[in-house]
Amino acid sequence: MFVGPFVLGLVVFIYVPIIWSAYLSFFSAYNTVTPTTFVGFGNYLDMVRDPAFRSSLGTFLVFAAFIVPTTFVLSLGTALLVSRTRVMQAFFRSVFFLPVACSYVVAALIWKMSIFSGVRFGLANTILGWLGRDPVPFLSLTHPPWYWLVIVTARLWLQIGFYMILFLAALQRISPTLYEAAAIDGARGWQVFRWITLPQLRPTSTAVILLLLINAFQAFDEFFNILSTFGTYPPYARPPLVYLYYTALGQGQDFGHGSAGAVILTLIIAIVAVVQGRLTGIGRAVD
Amino acid sequence: MAIVQDRSQRAGAVGRYAALGLGTLLFLIPFYLLVRNALMRDVDLTAPDWYWLPPHWQWSNLAGVFDDPAVPMGRALLNSVAISVVQTAGVLVLSGLAGYGLARIPYRFANAVFYTITATLLIPAAVTFVPSFVLVSSLGWVSTLRGLIVPGLFQALATFLFRQFFLSFPKEIEEAAQIDGLSYWGVFWRVVVPNSAGFAAAIGTITFIGSWNAFLWPLVIGRDPDSWTVQIALSTYLTAQKVDLAQLFMAALVAILPLLLMFLFLQRWIVEGVERTGIAGD
Repeated sequence: MFVGPFVLGLVVFIYVPIIWSAYLSFFSAYNTVTPTTFVGFGNYLDMVRDPAFRSSLGTFLVFAAFIVPTTFVLSLGTALLVSRTRVMQAFFRSVFFLPVACSYVVAALIWKMSIFSGVRFGLANTILGWLGRDPVPFLSLTHPPWYWLVIVTARLWLQIGFYMILFLAALQRISPTLYEAAAIDGARGWQVFRWITLPQLRPTSTAVILLLLINAFQAFDEFFNILSTFGTYPPYARPPLVYLYYTALGQGQDFGHGSAGAVILTLIIAIVAVVQGRLTGIGRAVD
Repeated sequence: MAIVQDRSQRAGAVGRYAALGLGTLLFLIPFYLLVRNALMRDVDLTAPDWYWLPPHWQWSNLAGVFDDPAVPMGRALLNSVAISVVQTAGVLVLSGLAGYGLARIPYRFANAVFYTITATLLIPAAVTFVPSFVLVSSLGWVSTLRGLIVPGLFQALATFLFRQFFLSFPKEIEEAAQIDGLSYWGVFWRVVVPNSAGFAAAIGTITFIGSWNAFLWPLVIGRDPDSWTVQIALSTYLTAQKVDLAQLFMAALVAILPLLLMFLFLQRWIVEGVERTGIAGD
């Protein structure tokens, strides 16, 4: 009566689809979910051999290698600054937290059409104009890949406040006596941060890194909304979910390959989470 | 010595406020642009000259948002409200009940059930959108509110958090109520629920924000315009044909207004929700 409805729903809407999908991944399934042509590991081999699929994993790696450490450092830095302010602390906290209420679609709209618009009236190009520079077509140029600047700044704006809140909460939990003891020992500034604050933040830091990685792996909204124009998406900068979206739900509705891709991605994310959980002990908190 | 320290502390404070001031400016610029653009005329917005404020305040953009036959914003808003409200209420009831059951009621397969739930914590829902689409489409739920709402009702994380919360709930109160003759069901609704409003508000606000801002699943399921959410309507506007930009920004403003209002009045619960959901394992 308590747990039943939830578990039933979980089984029907999470477990059944995953198992069904694992089944579909061994079939040739175009436009059908009850296929008859068994292809064994064919779909998996196709996926692994497909340069577009591999490049989507590469895109994720490049993206994660930048966005995870940058978001981490900036949100921790913001939290430290905000936590040490006496005057207007609530105001600053609200300002940095406000974008959390915004959707990726709205942010994409502002970034694409107003800040980094390729033509004159965009904010970035207006500022470049004041400095006497020519406008930069931020989104239509691939050398250099300015579109990365657009994508990562949008994500930073949306995410920093969320992680800042987590760090702020963790900073408040550090006992003041630790700081007092450090002060008596003559520790100052950087030393206090390095030997008191950072070690005390470790549980939060590992959780934040895991969350950032998982979120980067799921990146879809801002890529889709910033980079696709007139209904077509460029062949570059396709993270895994964007690739999967066009494979499984594009023109052909190729559920066989789509399912194989979903299984591969699910395994990757599960392995990452388990490994990180083992390394950091996050999973142990369950008991 | 004391004076030197004072001076360096003051310099530190000035540096801090300068950094925070710069950050504030950068973080507010997008909101400023959103509001400015929403109230401009399209010709002024796309003009080569920069305007800090709209040269003509175009309030009629607001009415225009709801008049456009190509993008049914009114319908999309209704859909988003319906989906977010039902999903939030559903998650609170389902996960609240399940969390309480897991925390308090002993039964035979409790461990197996617990691991069935927590195993899915590791797998983000977005990664399994293809399997979920396969299921929902074979149920015939594509482009329906059911298809948009129901798969999002079963949140393992919310259940896990409710369980943790109820484990820390003072047991004595419940035991006293049981001695007074209440069943588990009665204890839950009459004693536990009234004392969990704050926690439910935290989980509820976070669920609502996630539901309102969801994009991938509504994109996959909302195939026909009648089932679009505000995010899909905006995205269609944004990625498709040439449109009236100013009006597009007004539509975006309308789309985030409910959440900004919520933010103003419920920030405390949103912060608590972020803290709870962010560090489930801490």
